Amino acid sequence: MIKASTSASQHASSKRDAALNSQKFTYPWRWYLLLSLLALAAVLLGWRLLDLQIFSRDFLQTQGDARTLRNEPIMALRGMITDRHGEPLAVSTPVVTLWTNPQQLPQDERVIRALAQSLQVPYQELSERLALYQGKEFMYLRRQLTPSEAKAVMALEIPGVYAQDEFRRYYPAGEVTAHLVGFNDVDDQGQEGIELAYNRLLTGIPGEKRVLKDRKGRVVRDLYTLSEPRPGKNITLSIDLRLQYLAYRELKAAVSQHKAKSGSLVMLDARTGEVLALVSQPSYNPNNRAQLDAEGLRNRALTDQIEPGSIVKPITVAAAMRTGMYQTETLVNTSPGYMTLNRRTIRDLRNYGNMPVHKIITKSSNIGVARMALSLSDPDTVWQLMYELGFGQSVGTGFPGEGLGKLPHPPKWRPIQLATLSYGYGFTVTPLQAAQAYTALSGHGNKYPVTLFKQEKQPQGVPVLPPKISRSVLEMMETVTHSGGTGTRARIPGYRVAGKTGTTHKVGEEGYTDDYRAIFAGIAPVSDPRLIAVVVVDSPAGQEYYGGLVAAPVFSRVVGSSLRLLNVPPDDPETLTTTFEP
Amino acid sequence: MSRDFRRQLPNADVYLQRQAGWLERVHIDLWLLLALLTVIVGGLFILYSATSENQEDILRQVYRLLFALGVMVLVAQISPRQLQRFSPMLFLIGVLLLLAVLLFGVQAKGAQRWLNLGVFRFQPSEVMKLTMPMMMAWYLARQGLPPRWKHLLISAVIIAGPVLLIAKQPDLGTSLLVGVAAVFVLLLAGLSWRIIGFLGALAGASLPLLWMVMHEYQRQRVLTFLDPEKDPLGTGWNIIQSKTAIGSGGIDGKGWLQGTQSQLEFLPERHTDFIVAVLAEEFGLIGVCILLCVYLVIIWRGMMIAMNAQDTYGRLLAGSITLTFFTYVFVNIGMVSGILPVVGVPLPLISFGGTSSVTLLAGFGMLMSIQTHKNLLKR
Repeated sequence: MIKASTSASQHASSKRDAALNSQKFTYPWRWYLLLSLLALAAVLLGWRLLDLQIFSRDFLQTQGDARTLRNEPIMALRGMITDRHGEPLAVSTPVVTLWTNPQQLPQDERVIRALAQSLQVPYQELSERLALYQGKEFMYLRRQLTPSEAKAVMALEIPGVYAQDEFRRYYPAGEVTAHLVGFNDVDDQGQEGIELAYNRLLTGIPGEKRVLKDRKGRVVRDLYTLSEPRPGKNITLSIDLRLQYLAYRELKAAVSQHKAKSGSLVMLDARTGEVLALVSQPSYNPNNRAQLDAEGLRNRALTDQIEPGSIVKPITVAAAMRTGMYQTETLVNTSPGYMTLNRRTIRDLRNYGNMPVHKIITKSSNIGVARMALSLSDPDTVWQLMYELGFGQSVGTGFPGEGLGKLPHPPKWRPIQLATLSYGYGFTVTPLQAAQAYTALSGHGNKYPVTLFKQEKQPQGVPVLPPKISRSVLEMMETVTHSGGTGTRARIPGYRVAGKTGTTHKVGEEGYTDDYRAIFAGIAPVSDPRLIAVVVVDSPAGQEYYGGLVAAPVFSRVVGSSLRLLNVPPDDPETLTTTFEP
Repeated sequence: MSRDFRRQLPNADVYLQRQAGWLERVHIDLWLLLALLTVIVGGLFILYSATSENQEDILRQVYRLLFALGVMVLVAQISPRQLQRFSPMLFLIGVLLLLAVLLFGVQAKGAQRWLNLGVFRFQPSEVMKLTMPMMMAWYLARQGLPPRWKHLLISAVIIAGPVLLIAKQPDLGTSLLVGVAAVFVLLLAGLSWRIIGFLGALAGASLPLLWMVMHEYQRQRVLTFLDPEKDPLGTGWNIIQSKTAIGSGGIDGKGWLQGTQSQLEFLPERHTDFIVAVLAEEFGLIGVCILLCVYLVIIWRGMMIAMNAQDTYGRLLAGSITLTFFTYVFVNIGMVSGILPVVGVPLPLISFGGTSSVTLLAGFGMLMSIQTHKNLLKR
């Protein structure tokens, strides 16, 4: 080898020679060998990169995407609930919920303090909760913050703190529509009212998008949409918010004035059966349910099943007239003002003697309607009409907890049962059912199914009574508000009002008590009925407890204001002038 | 200007030659300087991306590199003869510093590598990267070439001290690189092939022994290198991630600041040891090839300087420094691309961190000194 020989000669020379030799370039091809090794290494690196970046590219790119690309849901907007004129009753607003993975959160007290401060949560509380969730991977920090509040927290850039967009329901009308609209839980799912009943319809279908996430799971960039979110359907209620406010205000005032336990009011459009106002007392604020109690939650107009009392007397009379046995002027003997049936006595306030049928309504004579019911050849007659008018059956609102009422049909009618049925005891209805029944009395004889939703076209009524009979009964009911009637306080200046008062004993643990329920059901204006309203005030604790004294004034104020708001032309303008003259 | 120099700049125009003449007088080698600056400036762009656009870090790095370049220029002013004369003393100081680390060093990340000098922390093993080849070149040049068995034994003693001291810190990567720098000097000095073969066989035979004295984490790294998929979320994570990042870059890359693996923190150590994966992901094969080419220009120029050196000391030192530089590049890119086990070797002049840049550029300062002083002497 050349190499060996040169090294041998080098070795032979002295140190000084070596120093001289060092001027020369020694072992040149050793250098070339190293250089080629170096080139080989460079080629090796190049080949490796070629391998990774070209041949394995697809696989590695898929691997990379698998780490960074994720599908995320796009929240679908929940449908809005509005009144018939589009006024919002329930709307969704974007909020941000903050959560944390406690395992990723720094164990630094200063960080936790800063977090607590920006969350507006006491440090003690937060650290205790964190201790509780130690070892878990998910903990809510705070839910439903406004976007700006959440932004302030996220600006701290604390690792392990995440934001999640959500929607929160807001109810602009608050407690006024609380019972009807209901509310959602924190997960935006309906818990009460329309929100619950039509949860499926209101809930949209979330979409999906492709996002880029970093190692900590934070979304860095939205790439594209996989499927568009489908927002929930909007629901337009038949409610007129203006009338609803009115009704709420007046009912609340009456309940507080008479120190009553509760109350409810239903107002229908007489021509369509649409519910224009539906209020209950006590109510609650659906936007802040911190002080919510079970009493406040009840939508009494829909769920309370009450004995209707005298307000069904027009129905009894209508049923009797439908048989042809009675006319408006047919005389009925109500002497001596009381009657004993099956060892139980029923009575009037006093002995009215012989009265025409219309007077029986005016005076609200129990004996009168009982005699009429008992005189009919078919004992099912009254029950039959009540059934046709919807008592004991679902109104069909789909509302959670909607009461059906109870209209018993005994195998054999005992006289006392027929008598109590005729004046409204021994069965129950909801205020809404009562209002629905009155649609047939409002002059056309057609029953309109009650609905909570705005109807686009005139609904088809169900003929129940001959229009003539319905008309006569309506006119009899008008006398109730005339002098000498029981419901004079229901009068509305400028309009003719028909109605019927009711004052029922409430049922306690041992039968009927001296606790009352004041009811007024009415229709106005008589010449061309537009509104039907049923007012119930439960357990008035003041001096007054008659329906004509407690419930009728509420009817007058609510229906009166509503008629004016709806621009209904007065059909009794003379009363206008007289009323305003002192 | 010497004829030699003109020959080395075959494509340069007259202006460049004039510049070179001026630069030569301040002992700066133009080719080396341009190539180094290319790497440094390009590296800052990659670092900007790898630090997630952290301007503060970039500014710190710029200061460090400016300091390192300053050191390079200063070192270039020292003549090779001067360097040669101070080699043993510098080596001795280096060894003493390593001993000081052993006794009073600062612990960090489970290793004792630093001396706390109050103002800054100082890593003596870095100094050894330069003083070791200096010492070896000094010794072998003094003894005359080629080294014989006797010289080899003394060389072994010279090498063993610092290498073992550094390995004990523990810092296997640096200790191996220091050893490699010394071995390069021996190879270039004309160590006989028989001895090389014998030592190679000895090294192969002692591998199991090395395995036994290795730390647990070091063994783990070797095992991971052999089969990264064995523990993909643990020890295999780094290498799988870096391969994923490199591969997903493809030919032309995803664009500056657009790499998903690196920008989204999936790639670990992305601004230090694994920075080449960021480059590969964002600039693709083209980007890495350009970087490799610039590195090769530096190495080619370094080898040129070594081969044209005037004396044995300069030749051995320049050759060793250049080859060690290449070793850094090769080991770093090799480990990031998965053909070598993971050892903590940063990508020269690009990875975040100051000490290694200072050492490297000081080394290049020596190369420049060897090149430029020769010409002045001749004149």
